Amino acid sequence: MTPALDTKLGQPWRKPPFIKRLWLRWSLGVSAVLYLIAAVASIDVNWARVYEGLDRGAAFIMSFTRPDFVSRAGDIWDGMLESLIMTVAASVVGIVISIPIGLGAARNIAPLPVYLICRSIVALSRALQEIIVAILLVAIFGFGPLAGFLTLSFATIGFLSKLLAEDIEAMDKVQAEAIRSTGANWMQWINYGVQPQVMPRLIGLSMYRVDINFRESAILGLVGAGGIGATLNTAFDRYEFDTAAAILMIIIVIVMALEYLSGVIRARVQ
Amino acid sequence: MLSLKSLTKTYRTGDKALVSVDLDIPNGQVVALIGPSGAGKSTLIRCINRLVEPTSGHALLDDVDITSLNSSALRRERRRMGMIFQEYALVERLTVMENVLSGRLGYVGFWRSFLRKYPQADVDEAFRLLDRVGLLSMADKRADELSGGQRQRVGICRALIQNPSLLLVDEPTASLDPKTSRQIMRLICELCQERGLAAIINIHDVALAQMFVQRVIGLQAGAIRFDGPPTALTPDVLTEIYGEEDWQATIRKDEEDETEAAVA
Repeated sequence: MTPALDTKLGQPWRKPPFIKRLWLRWSLGVSAVLYLIAAVASIDVNWARVYEGLDRGAAFIMSFTRPDFVSRAGDIWDGMLESLIMTVAASVVGIVISIPIGLGAARNIAPLPVYLICRSIVALSRALQEIIVAILLVAIFGFGPLAGFLTLSFATIGFLSKLLAEDIEAMDKVQAEAIRSTGANWMQWINYGVQPQVMPRLIGLSMYRVDINFRESAILGLVGAGGIGATLNTAFDRYEFDTAAAILMIIIVIVMALEYLSGVIRARVQ
Repeated sequence: MLSLKSLTKTYRTGDKALVSVDLDIPNGQVVALIGPSGAGKSTLIRCINRLVEPTSGHALLDDVDITSLNSSALRRERRRMGMIFQEYALVERLTVMENVLSGRLGYVGFWRSFLRKYPQADVDEAFRLLDRVGLLSMADKRADELSGGQRQRVGICRALIQNPSLLLVDEPTASLDPKTSRQIMRLICELCQERGLAAIINIHDVALAQMFVQRVIGLQAGAIRFDGPPTALTPDVLTEIYGEEDWQATIRKDEEDETEAAVA
């Protein structure tokens, strides 16, 4: 038995703390608690207003028990159709543009200048929230689904390029190396060495994005970018909660259907 | 046919993987490259087809200096060097046939390869090679459905369909069981003999190397420490390459060879 072991035996063992300095650990803990207390104390709630509002909330929720699909059926149908067209068009355009940008944003296959340009495009698209882009595009193109379509395409690029690039960066290097060793050119290398490795994930992400785009298209209408959101907004403005409930229910059903569909497709392509 | 002249590779981290390696390999010679992990075996063969860029020195394949080629000329020369990998490196989601035909990528244009419309001669050759390694019936299976030994056979077909004059083989048996390892080594060496190919085979298993090759090169810390016939590998030589150990059990004995021959 070595002397080093002798001193250890019989001693309890504990996992070393994440923050090693004792004073830092304690001061961080104490300030977190103080911040929490101060934050809760600063919340200003007008309880009388909440009490009045409960009625309106209840009316809204109760309207779900008697949704009105009929009296605005024409508007709902038009809005839905517009949303679906926006979703499909924006997804297709967004996906087609994201693929080259995704390739360029993967550090292991793109040269540095291309990488930086593509990463900047991704960062720009992700930094601007959909609503803000939609407000800008509505200002430029006017009210209607064109602004919504462009917004969703732009948002799709940021989402899909980033995740595709990350998947490419995580691919198995040796499979790609083997294709390179045959004397393949760059395009052949991508087609044989990279694409088969990332294809299932690309399809899965694209399907996921289709369903995000549909949900977003319902929101974008609130700022005038067309689709079912515009119909929903009008219903709220007129206090027609029963029509609004009907619209929300249709949105939920369609999102669930898309979710199910993307699940089936993802299972198939694995 | 292959000639390395003071080939050196220093990684960006400062690790010297190869220190001025000189080596000549004549036509049709099968060479085993042995040495401890990290000795630079993988780096050496990857510097030959420039999957790894050598820092300095030259690699000449039939008097073409590979180290100085531009990218399109390099692709043309890579066609003459088939590579076989440790973990098979098949593209797992492609079919066996696509994996084999990918060995022709250096010869066909992009659209032909993209549409999988290979010349009939290539398709016939792929079938012939698959038949030669006993996997003809697996042609349309996906590569990830095969066992390790089967995958390595596909890897061999992919290298051979390039119609290479040199094979670069990186630990072909490292992930295989002992019996499959021998079968794969035998297959590689037979095919080299049939086609008059030279080969460099990186291998951990010294006894297996001695069984099949004509020449052994021992690499240690990026430099060649031994170059000679397999029979000249004595415990002293192995100690120089790998460090102190009892080597008697590792070196192949003749009677073992005979039982192996009987089994085969």
